[in-house]
Amino acid sequence: MAENERAVDDDQPLLIADGLSKSYGRLTACRDVSFALHPGEVLAIVGESGSGKTTLLQLLSAQLTPSAGHVSYRMRDGVLRDLAALGEAERRFLFRTDWGYVHQDPALGLRMAVSAGANVGERLMALGWNHYGRIRDNASSWLERVEIDVGRIDDAPRTYSGGMRQRLQIARNLVTKPRLVFMDEPTGGLDVSVQARLLDLMRNLVNELGLAAIVVTHDLAVARLLSHRVMVMKDGRVIETGLTDQVLDDPREPYTQLLVSSILPA
Amino acid sequence: MNAPAAYNFAYLDEQTKRMIRRAILKAIAIPGYQVPFASSEMPMPYGWGTGGVQVTAAILGPEDVLKVIDQGSDDTTNAISIRKFFAKTAGVATTTSTVDATVIQTRHRIPEAPLHGGQVLVYQVPIPEPLRFLEPRETETRRMHALGEYGLMHVKLYEDIARFGHIATSYAYPVKVNARYVMDPSPTPKFDNPKMDNCPALQLFGAGREKRIYAIPPHTQVTSLDFEDHPFTRYRFNAPCALCVADDSYLDEIVTDDKGGRMFVCSDTDYCETRQASGHRGSESAAPHKERAHG
Amino acid sequence: MTAMIEISNAEKTFTMHLQGGVQLPVVRGVSFQVEPGECVVLSGPSGVGKSSILKMIFGNYRCDAGRIGIRHQGMQIDLARAEPRQILSVRLATIGYVSQFLRAVPRVATIDVAAEPLIANGMARSDARERSGQLLRRLNIPGPLWALPPSTFSGGEQQRVNIAHGFISDRPILLLDEPTASLDAANRAVVVDLIDQKKRAGVAIVAIVHDDEIRHLIADRIVDVTSFAAAA
Repeated sequence: MAENERAVDDDQPLLIADGLSKSYGRLTACRDVSFALHPGEVLAIVGESGSGKTTLLQLLSAQLTPSAGHVSYRMRDGVLRDLAALGEAERRFLFRTDWGYVHQDPALGLRMAVSAGANVGERLMALGWNHYGRIRDNASSWLERVEIDVGRIDDAPRTYSGGMRQRLQIARNLVTKPRLVFMDEPTGGLDVSVQARLLDLMRNLVNELGLAAIVVTHDLAVARLLSHRVMVMKDGRVIETGLTDQVLDDPREPYTQLLVSSILPA
Repeated sequence: MNAPAAYNFAYLDEQTKRMIRRAILKAIAIPGYQVPFASSEMPMPYGWGTGGVQVTAAILGPEDVLKVIDQGSDDTTNAISIRKFFAKTAGVATTTSTVDATVIQTRHRIPEAPLHGGQVLVYQVPIPEPLRFLEPRETETRRMHALGEYGLMHVKLYEDIARFGHIATSYAYPVKVNARYVMDPSPTPKFDNPKMDNCPALQLFGAGREKRIYAIPPHTQVTSLDFEDHPFTRYRFNAPCALCVADDSYLDEIVTDDKGGRMFVCSDTDYCETRQASGHRGSESAAPHKERAHG
Repeated sequence: MTAMIEISNAEKTFTMHLQGGVQLPVVRGVSFQVEPGECVVLSGPSGVGKSSILKMIFGNYRCDAGRIGIRHQGMQIDLARAEPRQILSVRLATIGYVSQFLRAVPRVATIDVAAEPLIANGMARSDARERSGQLLRRLNIPGPLWALPPSTFSGGEQQRVNIAHGFISDRPILLLDEPTASLDAANRAVVVDLIDQKKRAGVAIVAIVHDDEIRHLIADRIVDVTSFAAAA
C-alpha cells in the first residue's frame, strides 16, 4: 500500500457530489447527481454519447459551475470545501497539485513543443523546485514508471506515438502525487494493443499510489478493469450505480441490461 | 528657457503627462508589474523608443540634466535624435556624463558607472511580457502574473539546459522583482542584470507600442531566474578594453579590417572616455585606425 | 455466532427487460450455515442456481430478499445490504473466490495473477511472488510459464492458475465453483489436498463439484439446492 502522507482518515469521503445539475436553457445536460468518493476508490461513469458523462466530469473537476447542487472536496488539511467557494487561485493550485486530469486527446494535456522532461517537471517547477538535476531525475523516474524510454526525455511529445503521448500525460499528472485523478476516455482513439498496455499501467499506478479516480468511458471493459464502482448514465441521469462487477454481471435496470448485452464478444 | 512657444514643455500636453505619471506611480507601487497606459502617437514610429520618450517626457523638469544612450553610446543616430528632441521641446541641459545626469534614457544597456540616489534610468522596452514567447495569449499571461504562476518560465530555462547544457538566454534575461513579479529587463545583456539589484536610482520601463509601463523603485531586490545547480552567470569577453584597459565593463566587438582583425572596446562610451581621460590607455586609440602591415 | 457464513431466506429473481420484462426466478428461501473448517458442497442439477448462490455470497450477484451473514473481522455483516466499499473490504480480507473460468487481466504474468491477493493485502511483491511460485509448482505449473500471461494456456492450466489465485492468501472463507472440472487425476488430487489443508486451517468452504468422488473426499455436508429452486 502506498506510504503517502495523507492527513485524511480513509473513512472520510474525498469528494462529495450533492444534487449536481447543469442546464443550458431548457436543455438539461446533467440532472441531480449525488455520490461520495473515498480515497483510493475508482468510480467509472459509463454512458453513450449525449449521456452527460463529460459534463458531469467537468462539474466535478470545477471546470463548470453547476446550475444546482454542490461539489465538495476534502483538502489535504482534512477540511471539506465547497468547490464553488474556492477562489480562482486556490482552484488552479488544486488542479496542479492535488488533482490530475487526463484528457482523451493527450495534446490537450501536454505542451507538445516542449521536451518530455519539461512536461513532467513543469508542475514541480510551478511548486518552486529549483534544482535542474533533481527535476530531471524525478522526470526520468516517472518516464520509466510509465514505460517510456528514458532516452527520449529530451524529445518533444510531437515526436511520440499516441500511446506514448497518453502515458506521458499520465506521468505529467501524477508527478505531484495527486489524490484524485479525473480521466476522460483515457483510452479513446488508441489501438487495441496500446489500450491494453495503458489500462494495465493505469491499474497498477492506481493501486500502487492509492489514487482515487473518476473515469469517464463508454467502454464497459475499461470500467470493469479499472473501477470499483460504476455509474451508468443516460440523458443526463444516473440510471444505475453500484459495485462494478455487480452492475455489469447482474444489471438491474433496462438500460444497463441493454448496454451490457450490446458488447460484441471477442 | 529657449523652447519654441508652439510646443508644450517636453512635447506632451499636461493631461497626457498626468496620465503617464499616474501609471508610473502605480508601477512604482507594484514593482515589476506591467501597468497599461494610453500610449500616444509620438513624432517617431513604434520601435524607435516611443515608450521611453513618453516616460522621460512625463518626468522631465526644467532643472533636469538629460543623458541619452543607445547600446551604451551617446553618439548613435537614435541617441542624438532623442537628445535633440528634448533639448528642443524642453530646453533642458543635456550631458554625456553618467555621473552628472539626473535622467538617463537608455536603449539596451545600463551604464557602467554606478548610479546614485536621485537619478532616474528610463529604459526603452520592445516586448514587456517575459512570457510572451512561451504563452502567446495575453489573457493567460495576465492570469499567470496575477496568480504568481511562473512554472512556464522555468520550463523555458529547463529546456535551454536540456538542449544546450546551459541557460541560453544572453539578453533580456528574466528577473524576479521584489520576490513577486517576473519581469523582462528589456534587451539589456545579462551582464547588466546585477546592476538592477538594490540600485539607488529609480528604474522606469516604457513600452510604447505595447502600451505598458513598469518600474523598480530604488533599493529593490532583483534576482535573475536560474536553477540551484545552474546558477546565473554574467558573460563578458575575456579581455580588457582595447582603449581604456577596463576589465569589468561590457565589451563591443569591432571589426577592424577584412582579414578577421577585431578589437573589443567598452560599449559604454562615457565610461571608456572617462577612464581614458584619467590616464588609462590601452593598446589602441579611438583615432582612425592606421593601416598595419601584415606579413 | 461462530458460523462464518449464515444465509437466511435469501432470494433472487432475474428480470429480463430486453425480453419484455419476463421474470426468471432463480432461488428462494435459501438458508444454510457454514462453520470454520467446514466444507459445504452445493448439489443439484445444472441450472438450478448453485453458481448463483456462490455469486450472491461473494457479492457479485445482488440478493433481492433475505440475509447473507458473513463474519468479517469479528463482526457480523449482511452482504445483501452492504455498501460497495464494504463488499470490497470483505472480499479483500475475508472471502476468496475461485470462479469456474479464469478471468484474468490481459498482459499480467501468471506469477503475478497468483500473487495479486497477497500484494493487495500489503505483502511485498518479491515475497508474494515467492509464495506464488511455490503454489504454482505444487499445482504443476512449471517455472517457464510463470512469466507468461495465462490467456494462451490450456483450460486445465488456466484453471490451476485460477486455483492458485484463490488459495494463496489466508482468507477465512473460500468459494469454489467447479475447482477440478478441467483437471486430470494427479492435479485433482493436489486440489483435494489443498482443500484439506484449508479445512484444517479453519477456513469455511462452500463448493460446487459435480464429480462424485471429489465430493466424497471434500464434503462435510451436502446442501441440496433443488429445495431452494424458486421455479414452481
